[in-house]
Formats: sequence, structure tokens, C-alpha cells
Amino acid sequence: MTQTDRLLPVNEAIERLEAQIRSDRQEGALVDPLIIGIHTGGVWVADALHRALGCSEPLGRLNITFYRDDFNTLGLHPQVSPSDLSVDVDGRDIILVDDVLFTGRTVRAAMNELFDYGRPRRIALAVLYQRDGRELPICADWAGQELNLGPDEQIHVDGPDPMTARLVTSKES
Amino acid sequence: MKDAPENLGIDHDPVRHPEGCRPGLDCDHWVIRGARLRDPSSGLDTTSDIYLGGGRIVGIGEAPDDWPQDTAEHVCAEGHWLIPGVIDGWARLREPGQEHKASIATESAAAVAGGITTVVMPPDTVPVLDTVAVARYIKRRAQLAGRARVVAIGAMTQHLDGELLAEMAALDAGGCVAISNAHYPFHDLRLMRRALEYAATFDLQVLLQPLDPSLSERGCAHDGAVATRLGLPGLPVSAETAPLAQLIAMISETGARVHVPQLSSAAALKLIERAKADGLPITAGVSAHHLWLTEMDTDALDPNAHVIPPLRSIRDRDALRRGLAEGLIDTVVSDHQPHEPDAKLAPFPETEPGISGLETLLPLVLKLVEEDVLDFERAIDALTTRPAALFGLSDAGSIAVGQRADLALIDPDAMWSLGSIGMASAGENTPFVGWDFAHRVETTWVNGRRVFLREP
Amino acid sequence: MAVKFVRPKIPKFAPDPWAIQFDDQGRLRHLLTIEGLGPQWITRILDTAEGFVSVTDREIKKVPLLRGRTVVNLFFESSTRTRTTFELAAKRLSADVLNLNLATSATKKGESLLDTLRNIEAMQADMFVVRHDQSGAAHFIARHVAPHVSVLNAGDGWHSHPTQALLDAFTIRRHKGDFTSLRVAIVGDIRHSRVARSQMHVLNSLNVGELRVIAPRTLLPTHVEKLGVRVFHDMREGLKDVDVVIMLRLQRERMEAGLLPSEEEFYRLYGLTEEKLAWAKPDAIVMHPGPANRGVEIESSVADGPQSVILEQVSNGIGVRMAVMSLCMSANRGENA
Repeated sequence: MTQTDRLLPVNEAIERLEAQIRSDRQEGALVDPLIIGIHTGGVWVADALHRALGCSEPLGRLNITFYRDDFNTLGLHPQVSPSDLSVDVDGRDIILVDDVLFTGRTVRAAMNELFDYGRPRRIALAVLYQRDGRELPICADWAGQELNLGPDEQIHVDGPDPMTARLVTSKES
Repeated sequence: MKDAPENLGIDHDPVRHPEGCRPGLDCDHWVIRGARLRDPSSGLDTTSDIYLGGGRIVGIGEAPDDWPQDTAEHVCAEGHWLIPGVIDGWARLREPGQEHKASIATESAAAVAGGITTVVMPPDTVPVLDTVAVARYIKRRAQLAGRARVVAIGAMTQHLDGELLAEMAALDAGGCVAISNAHYPFHDLRLMRRALEYAATFDLQVLLQPLDPSLSERGCAHDGAVATRLGLPGLPVSAETAPLAQLIAMISETGARVHVPQLSSAAALKLIERAKADGLPITAGVSAHHLWLTEMDTDALDPNAHVIPPLRSIRDRDALRRGLAEGLIDTVVSDHQPHEPDAKLAPFPETEPGISGLETLLPLVLKLVEEDVLDFERAIDALTTRPAALFGLSDAGSIAVGQRADLALIDPDAMWSLGSIGMASAGENTPFVGWDFAHRVETTWVNGRRVFLREP
Repeated sequence: MAVKFVRPKIPKFAPDPWAIQFDDQGRLRHLLTIEGLGPQWITRILDTAEGFVSVTDREIKKVPLLRGRTVVNLFFESSTRTRTTFELAAKRLSADVLNLNLATSATKKGESLLDTLRNIEAMQADMFVVRHDQSGAAHFIARHVAPHVSVLNAGDGWHSHPTQALLDAFTIRRHKGDFTSLRVAIVGDIRHSRVARSQMHVLNSLNVGELRVIAPRTLLPTHVEKLGVRVFHDMREGLKDVDVVIMLRLQRERMEAGLLPSEEEFYRLYGLTEEKLAWAKPDAIVMHPGPANRGVEIESSVADGPQSVILEQVSNGIGVRMAVMSLCMSANRGENA
């Protein structure tokens, strides 16, 4: 197995993402949105958006460990820092943030968990990178960058300070 | 439950023929050649031929005058040891009454596979061995099986309930070699004193196992650090020493001859030592597992290590070993208690106590010799000579012309592992599975008849 | 005549009793006792519990983790309170729960105990939560259970009650943080307490600064000091500089068994009153595994007072049990998964 790494431009992607959300917000599509990041990479992206968009309420953090659909094959994920939603989500507009949108299963789990906290008015999805390989009918409202990747390619996001993203290609030798 | 081994025949006339012997068969005369004869009681340690006939040893070194050269069987036993057959002074065979666990047929076969030629049974059978009829039944069943000699200890009180005296003199006359109340308590000390007085009248050998019922209630393990950690109800040492001290007080008043079959603690040994020093007619035994195992062996909650009296501390075990080596402890017994598998399939405290010990008695004692805990003479003395004297079996327990031909042939370099080919006993409840032993019984004779030959 | 015995090899009993808690990949499969877990697993369970405790603070106190799994509460000794917390924990994990109260039925013999097990296994259960009045019962069941079933010990005899000890450690950690500087005193009937034994193992594994027991000698088991505790018979000495006071329940049978002269004398000497609590550190917390006998081992004003965390223990217990259930089920996702 050989691996090759290529750095992806993170800051540019965040700036593009932020610009899209800002413009949609000005058009009145979102009312006083609540930003919620999915643990862990999504929280870093959400944190950057939260600062840039100047939201009044604290950032929400969602740990979807208890909602994953791979418990039966992978068991309990070792990462268990609890979800932190200090604001009531009932009737609110929510920007759900993740680092990479791949199969869509993480977003599915996150939405299920959100609904156990309350009934939001609207959930919009913002991701840093949207790649192919979807297994569920889920699509991001905003994406920092679109990527068409092969089955042997993966995006690794590390952070939070500095945040980096690498495109890793694994080849059977 | 195991199939009973084939009956070796019915002795129709036990007076004329030694027990267990089939008259008219060709097994009456044996010559064992080249074995090292080892009998500490007569100081015998020589490599020589030995001649068996009519159930007795008839010649050592040279054949008797009327030796039937042509019909006698020959065994070549170079490199092997021949010792007097072991007399196991405390073993349950489960018959009558608990045949779902084992029978006289299966267990007497297990005994001879372990070099034991005489098994002494406590009276806690169902019905209790408090009448001559039960004693006769047991004797008959043992003759039918035709393996080890089985002798019985009669009950001291009716139904062993500790309230009314049993007909001890009748039991003695009916062939019981001693009397005992097994592990059952007397109703009160007055009754115990009277039972001892009555037994002393006829100079009967009494066996009593001290265990205070209130101090041992619910107890299933030594009251020490392991039981504390496992939350097991403990059996304190005082459950043994307190009644033993009472017993010693009664012996000094009544003069009864008392043997304690199983000591478990250093403190009890100290009481025995003092009583012996005072000249009291008291003797003591220990079970083979108490010489090897400690409370640490209950640590894994192995139900096979559940025994009463319990496995105690290392200090206790070491004291028992020293006591045996010094002769303060007279005998070693198997405390054989075979169980059906279900008896051990429960949480530890709910399992039935006991080890299936016939096949490990001699190997465990000889292993002590290997490890220089005992000398060979003391080991064989504790297994043969002393129990023979204790139970008045004057023609057993030694190798000499005229003695019963109860013998065990041992391969001293066999190297074998217990349980690797199963066990002969119907009970496979032993914590010694997987233990390695050097000495292995190869052939056993009872009354001059070969009753066991190990398959190659 | 030769007698031939050709019989199969007899299996040897497993030498390490605690190893049975882990599967061949080192994952926790059964929770039977604290022994053998070590600080890593204990910490992992407590950390996992943090996540679940936060779930129980929400409006919808339920996660879909164990959807489709079946948890069977096998209670051979009745205990409504403990059973309820396990039941609630399983339900909040979306598992199906079956309660079997076997205390009264004819399951006193080991044979029928195994038979009961086989029957429930056949119903495709994934986890047994076992409460039994005999020490070692949970181990026995774990040894004989089918490979797809996990066993959680909910208390066996005087031996072990691991989830109770874990929730106590969890509660202490939330209030006090680091264990190494803490002095903890356990007061009362240590001898008959599976809770106390498990607490000693958990707190010593977490390297607690000092662990004390305070009781008359009749309520202390032989060689209790070998479990890593300092023994006190006097409350004033024993509570001095203590950060955590754990009171144990005293059962009325103890007076009948001649272990104590009377409830009144016990209360006078060892009952936790405001006056005695003042001997501990001012910020000491008071714990009790419940249900408390007010006026026997603890004064009402202490049980309900500002230093008491007794009710917190109860709610933390659900999160801790959720954590243990999820971790054990992680290792066990065999045939039924």
C-alpha cells in the first residue's frame, strides 16, 4: 500500500462557504440562524463560520456517536465528548456544519439527534468539501469546494489550529 | 453416569474364600518378578520375586514348597516398585442411596486404579449405616464388584441425628471397623460424652470430624482474605478448633480412642499435638488436597475447589505438611466425594462440596516425596501401616509372608497428566485436572487377585 | 482382568476468573466485577457515561443505539429500585427490555438456573442483567452463557455490584475531580456489602488518596485491610479530613444475627448526623447507595442536606448503566446483530 498526500486550500474554501451563506442570508433565506457543528471536524468549520458571520448565540456542538448506524459493525465509537446545545432549537433556523459530505450517513445521524432536542423550523447544511459517494438522498446547501474523487481517495481534515485538509490517495502496491 | 464395570464374580462363600476372589479361577497364584519391594513398616526395600497364593503373600525371594510352577501367572516388573496396597480411611462411594453420583462398583474400580486396595466408608449413606443390615449390603455389593475391599464405619447415633445412640457393639460385631457420626453434630455435649463413654466400653475406634454447626452456617470457604474479597460466607478456623477442644476434653475424661479424619488448620494441629503429648488416645488424618491446595485455589470460584473443611491459608497447608512429615498427623485420606456434573453446575456457594479423590490420593502423596516434603517411608506409613492399625486390619498394610496379598505396582517414572484420558471414578469433580505426576499405578492386586491392569 | 477406561479428556477450569470479562480481542464483553478492569477501562466507562448523562438532561431522553437489541433483567433476588434503573437505561438506549423476577419461582437449584438461561437465550436475548443472592452467580452465568449474550452483574451475594461502584466513582469525579488527593470513608455494614467491595476496587484502581472503612468489628470481614483500606472503629477519628462519606444500608437482620445490639446503639455510634458530619471536611459530600434507612444509618437532615449527593447518584446511575450496556454490546454483535 502506498499513499500520496496533497494539501487542499482550507482558508479559501471557508471563505467561499462563508460568502455563499452571507449572500443567502441577505436575501432573507435564513432567520437568525443557529450554527451547529458536527463533532469533530465540523465543529472547527462551524467555529470559523460563527466568528465570521457574527452570530449572537453560542455555537452548538453535536456528537452523533449515539446515533451512528454502524454500531452493529464497529461498536461504540471511542470518542464520547457529549453534545452541547445550550440554545433551544424549537422553531429555529439551523445551519448544520460538517467538514466533508461523503455518504450522507453522518448528516442523517445528526438530523435524527437534532430532532431529539426539539423541532427546528429549517435545517440547512454547510460543508467544507462536498465529494461524490452519496448513499443517502442528502445534498449540501453550501459547499466550500466540490470534489470528484475515486474510491481510493479520501479527505482528511485536521485541526483546529491551524486547520489543514489533505487529499490522501491509497494505491495497492 | 458411567456404566458400571463388569462384575468380576460372586463370592458364594466368603468364609472359605477371601473376599472378592472367584473360587476355582486361575488367578490364585502369582509371581511378580524383579520389582523393588518397598514396605517401610517391615524395613523392606529389596529387589526380589514375590509369590502370591490363596489370597496371601506366600513367599518373598523364594517360592514356597508347594508352589504350582505350571499354573501360576508370571509378571515381569523390573524398574517398578511394589508397595502395600493403600488403605483409604475416609471415602464416600455413594452407595447405597446416591447411585446417581456413583456406585460401589464404579468407585471400587477407581480405587484400585489409584493403588487403593481397602476403602473405608463413613456411615453417611442413605439409609444411614446404623444397622448391621446396611453393613452387610455394602459388603455384598463390594464382593459382587470384586475390586477393592470395602469396609464400613458404623454410625454412632441412629440416623446420625446426634440424639439416640446407635447399636455400636452390634455394628462392631457385624464387621464395622470403627464408628463415627460423619460430619453430623451431636445434639448436645452431654450426648456426645455418653456416646464416647459407650464406645470406650467396647474399646471401639471412634472417628469424629470437628465442625461447629453454628460457626459454619452457610460457610463455604476459609474465613480469610480470599473469601473476604469474593464475598463468600466464611468458615472460621474456630469452627474446627472450638469443637476439637471440647472433643479433647471429653477424650481425657472418657478414654475413648478417637481419630480426627481431616484436619484443616495449623491451630487444630497444635491442639492435636498437645493432646498427644498429654498421652491421650487421639490420632489425626488429613486429606490429600489439604496438603496441596489453599484458599488461593478458590480464587477462581472453581466449584471443584469447594470442600468442607475448606482449603485454608498457605500457613495452614505448610503446618499440615510439617505435621504429616513429623508423624503428628497419622494418616492421609482421599475424602473421596464423587459428584454428578449437575452438583457442580451452580454458583460456588450453592455447589455441593467435595473432590473425587481416589485416583489422586497416592499420586499426590508421592508428589510430596518428590518435593522433599516427606520421606518415602513416612508417605507409605501414612497410607498403609497407620490406617491398618487404626482400623484393626492386622493382616493388611504391609508386605510380609502370611499377610494379605493387597499390593500396588508403581511405575516411578511414568510422567502422566490427570484427566488426559478421563477418570475411572464416576465423579470427575477434581481441581487437579492437568496436574503432572511422576508415579503411576500400573497393576493392583487385592486378596492375591489382579483387579487392575493399566492399559498400555 | 484388565479394566479399560477410554474416556475423553476432562476440560480444565479457567485459571483467570476475571479474564472472562473480555473477548479474544480485548473488548469488554461482560461486566461482572471491577477487578481486572484496571484504570483504563474504568476511566473509559466513566468518560462514556458523561455523554449518556448529558442525554438524560434532554427533552427526549433516548438514543437509538441499541435499537433491535433485547436486554433481559434476570432478578433472582427482588430489587425494584435497581431493576428500574437498568430498565430505564436499556429503554433510553432503545433496547427492548424483558423483566423476569425469579426470586419467588423454583430457580434455587443450579440445574434449573442453567435451564432458565437456556430458555431465555433461545428467545434471542443479547444481554442478561443478573441479580442473585449468591456470590459468584454472575460469573457462573457468564461461564455458561451462549457466545452472543453479554452478562451484566447487578449484584451477586456479598461479592460485587460493579455498576453501583462505577456510578459512585462517576459522582465523586464530577464533584471532586482528581482522586489521588481524596480521602474517602465507607461507613457501616461492610461485611455483607457487595457495594463496599466494588467501591474499594474502583477507588483503589483510580488511585484514591486514602480509603477508610468505619464500622464495629462485627460488620467488617476478616482481613478487610488486605483490600487496601484503613480500618477505623470510631467516627470522629475516621471522618477527620474526609472528602467523601459513603454510608451503607444497615439491614434489620443484623440485629437478629447478633452482630449489633440495637439500631439505636448503631445510630448513636455510627449514624451520620449533622454533628458527626461536621468532623469531616466542610465541603465533604455524602453518598448512599440507597435506599437509606433514615434514623438508622443517616439523619434526614443529612440525607436531604446541602452536602448530600444521594439523588444525583441515582440519576448518574442511569447514564453509567447506559455506558456499560453500550460498551458490552459493542463487543457482542454476533449472531443477533
